[in-house]
Amino acid sequence: MSDKTFEPHIVGFLCNWCTYTAADTAGVSRMEQPPNVDIIRLMCTGRIEPAFILKAFAEGADGVIVSGCHPPGDCHYNSGNFKTFRRMPLLERLLEQYGIEKGRFHWGWISGAEAPKWAQLTRDFTEQVRGLGPLDWKRQLESKED
Amino acid sequence: MAPNGKLKLALYWAASCGGCEIAIVELREKILIVDQVADILFWPVAIDAKYKDVEAMPDKHIDVCLFNGAIRTSENEHLAHLLRQKSKVLVAFGSCAHEGCIPGLGNLFDRQSIFERVYLEAPSVDNPQKILPQTTTQVPEGEIHIPKFYNTVKTLGQVEDVDYFLPGCPPQPHQIWAVIEAILAGNLPPKGSVVGANEKTVCDECKHKREEKRIKKFYRIHEIIPDTTQCLFDQGIICAGPATRGGCGALCPQVNMPCRGCYGPAPHQIDQGAALLSAVSSVVDADTEEEAARIVGEIADPIGTFYRFSLPSSLLHRVRLNEGGKVA
Repeated sequence: MSDKTFEPHIVGFLCNWCTYTAADTAGVSRMEQPPNVDIIRLMCTGRIEPAFILKAFAEGADGVIVSGCHPPGDCHYNSGNFKTFRRMPLLERLLEQYGIEKGRFHWGWISGAEAPKWAQLTRDFTEQVRGLGPLDWKRQLESKED
Repeated sequence: MAPNGKLKLALYWAASCGGCEIAIVELREKILIVDQVADILFWPVAIDAKYKDVEAMPDKHIDVCLFNGAIRTSENEHLAHLLRQKSKVLVAFGSCAHEGCIPGLGNLFDRQSIFERVYLEAPSVDNPQKILPQTTTQVPEGEIHIPKFYNTVKTLGQVEDVDYFLPGCPPQPHQIWAVIEAILAGNLPPKGSVVGANEKTVCDECKHKREEKRIKKFYRIHEIIPDTTQCLFDQGIICAGPATRGGCGALCPQVNMPCRGCYGPAPHQIDQGAALLSAVSSVVDADTEEEAARIVGEIADPIGTFYRFSLPSSLLHRVRLNEGGKVA
């Protein structure tokens, strides 16, 4: 695939209560968003196992977004987002060691009332990942020894 | 079975350290029982049989092949295919064949950088002509060939169809014996099973006392003298027990060394390193993002710590290579 036709494939893991609600509102409000982000709705970002994110990259994602409720007080389950902000910085370091650029992984917080922020993130992140080019981890897994 | 009623057994070592062979010798007097019930047709470390002897065997001639070692070279892969063809049951024996193990940490690098380190840069090397291994070399007597060193270490299961996986670095002798008894009794689980291990984690077998985990600081093992009764993880030492399959009897924690993860991912885990990363980071005692990032930022070498034994069998298999096959 040449870079001219490259469309980034982005997976977004969003919590049901905050960022998914924002994304839903962004959609029904007809806010401008690129079609590149495939959303997976979870009950809480604290439920996201790091393996989910690694699996997304292994199976062809060029970028991954994790977004949930603002800490400290917004989490529907009180402390799910605490688990998230403890795990994600370590996962970021791991991804960097794997050779996956920082710009391919975004994690943060968007409340249900911040639909424009979500729409802006999808636009900015898609362009950022487009600039980095294809990750194409599948090619690496399938390549035969010469 | 042979006409004499004995089991026809083969053992092979690919990219491995030899510890798996020692584990078999550690059966001690039971090795004599193995000799009574089995004919060993091929075991490079112990008997004089050649590759051509294996090639001459009819297909499925060997009853059970215990294959240890990862797939690092073309020779390793050739033998994996050959022994699969000649064996009724192929067992990935030990951590290298099961999940890549220590040789699998080569997947943090590429062939070129490993060659440069080993043959040019290492302090003890004297190689003024900068000679690197070549698969084909001309010598006065003709052309000689050596196996190709692959860019990426693979597990046995990634190059061949494996019947059973027997984990451990090395597998514990009592577990090896249990598997040999199961083979002799024809009492083997479904194909693809992990044998000679448990269905729970190392923590389940560990005697240390566990309490609520709230970690303010992580320690490497040389930085702390641990309390010998309390859970090592509770004390801030990264212990792979929660993410690792049991079966060893929690040998390392018993002597106050943290589990390093050699028995592979706990049952139903698809990625041991990710599971351990999750376990480690979720117990960090931090109520702000900055504090959490600072505490986990002190952990040295996350990929080497969390995937010490399982990088080739992880979801991503290795670090990223660029188009030219080099680490980016």
